Amino acid sequence: MWTFGAIFLLAILIPLFDHVYYTKLVTRISVFAIAAVSLDLVVGFVGRVSLGHAAFFGIGVYSAGILANLGITQIWIVMPVAITLAAVIGCFIGAISLRTSGLYFIFITLAFSQMLFFTAQGLRMYGGDDGFTLPAATKWFWGFDLSQPRVLAYTMIAALIGVVYIAQRVMGSNFGKVILASRDNPRKVNSMGLMPYPYQLTLFTISACMCAVGGVGYANLNEYVSPASISWIQSGEFLFMVILGSAGTILGPILGAAAFVCMEQVFSTWTEYWMFCLGIILMLRVLFLKRGLMGLITKNGQ
Amino acid sequence: MSLGLFIEQVFNGLQLGMILFLMAVGVTLTFGVMNLINLAHGSMLMLGAFLIAFATSSVKSFGLAILLAMALVFALSWTIEKVLVKYLYSKSHLDQVLATFGLSLFLNDAVIMIWGREPLFVNLPTWLEGPVQFTAEFSYPLYRLVITAVAIFAGIVLWFLLTKTRLGMQIRAGAEKREMIGALGVNINFLFTAVFAMSAILAALAGIMLGPMLSVQSGMGEPLLILSLAVVVIGGIGSLKGALYAAILVGLVDTLGRMVWPNLLGAIVGNIVSNAAIYILMAFVIAIRPAGLFGRRMG
Repeated sequence: MWTFGAIFLLAILIPLFDHVYYTKLVTRISVFAIAAVSLDLVVGFVGRVSLGHAAFFGIGVYSAGILANLGITQIWIVMPVAITLAAVIGCFIGAISLRTSGLYFIFITLAFSQMLFFTAQGLRMYGGDDGFTLPAATKWFWGFDLSQPRVLAYTMIAALIGVVYIAQRVMGSNFGKVILASRDNPRKVNSMGLMPYPYQLTLFTISACMCAVGGVGYANLNEYVSPASISWIQSGEFLFMVILGSAGTILGPILGAAAFVCMEQVFSTWTEYWMFCLGIILMLRVLFLKRGLMGLITKNGQ
Repeated sequence: MSLGLFIEQVFNGLQLGMILFLMAVGVTLTFGVMNLINLAHGSMLMLGAFLIAFATSSVKSFGLAILLAMALVFALSWTIEKVLVKYLYSKSHLDQVLATFGLSLFLNDAVIMIWGREPLFVNLPTWLEGPVQFTAEFSYPLYRLVITAVAIFAGIVLWFLLTKTRLGMQIRAGAEKREMIGALGVNINFLFTAVFAMSAILAALAGIMLGPMLSVQSGMGEPLLILSLAVVVIGGIGSLKGALYAAILVGLVDTLGRMVWPNLLGAIVGNIVSNAAIYILMAFVIAIRPAGLFGRRMG
């Protein structure tokens, strides 16, 4: 807990200093942490490995981008649109893919995200494969907008806290207990007269909505919208953050996201082959670090 | 749409289907026999393409170059299995996904380190160039015919290997019931390495054949890997027969769709639909038969 207190305090304090690089670093961590926490709801709690969560992230990114192109930049319109879109598409994708499990679930979520990827690539009026520059940042009231690093950083930190709070509440409720029970023993849940499917679908949809919130922040952070944010590499990176931190915990993925972004920054300054290093780290993580970063901090990784 | 064009597209579709089959066999066998999800399978295709580019630039004879490229892929995949992959068989799917994803990132950047970011091109020997004139107005590139023929030949060799040899019998038994063949005293470690190397060689063969047609660059295997994952899911994971039928189905749906949809729906929507068609087909199959067309019910 102390570790998280310290990290949280650091995250709050850093944007106060007028240092754009570190402020953006905190923002990047928060954005990815939102995505990682949302993915963990599916991977760690429902117990299905989704390799397509970048789809929902991309919905957020493209909602911010396309709405800004249409001249709509108010955050109280952009966010709900992104969240609603993610809910509709997430519910559809979840409804089909949750019928399966194991390997099939991995491939199907991947396939759906590829579908969205190709759709984004096919939007020629929005730059197609190259994407487009975000024409205007998403706006708060009174002249605050997300192109100001500090505003963006605090917005995303607040969003992350919101996401963590909702995730905690959901998983602590009776609803969450059904989800956990169906992960650990679906047959028993069935025999108690409960259908896991609607519960899992609800959580999948919630997870999709959360991920889209991260996407809106990501578009504003990069000031750029591109299909790369929906690619399977992006999905793989989210999955890595979850696993690096330790799946099945709500705070673990945040650590994972922080570690991922820091490694990315450090390695990118050393070498242009960041993916090469990431690949090695991934393999080492699987072979040697059994319980993730949470396992290093706490005794049992929970 | 003329008949000639239609026939040409059907040929193209069959060719894509056979390439996908070569990929899908590896995916479905490694899963069926070793219970392994291999996301680095696309990198094997990429390695095949890069190695044929390397081999044709250093060896005169095209045939010799192919043998050299295959031998290199064989040695590489054997090593990769011994160093990394064999530790993954007993891990969870999640760990396998991550480690093989990591392996593919590693290999993608490794080829950039060795050969640079600029795409390479493979020159065809002259005897493989040029069209074949079927009728006065219908001709088809010879090389594309050769690809289809080689892929079919590879399929037949594979069929022979799997159904008529001792190793093939063990592989099929392994795909059927993994625990049993170990208990019967078959050398599982050797069998697994062999299956992994064989899968890699088939993917590399696909890469070698695609090399002269595509620009050879890092990450070129991934789109084909993802298509072949769709093939495997449609056909039913672990089923070789399913992989064959689904590969041809996917090849035809993709190729013919690219011709049909833009005409029906206009350029932009048609383009999107033709890119996503395979995944729509896959979602449709899964919604009706969750275990795929030829799959056994998963427990």
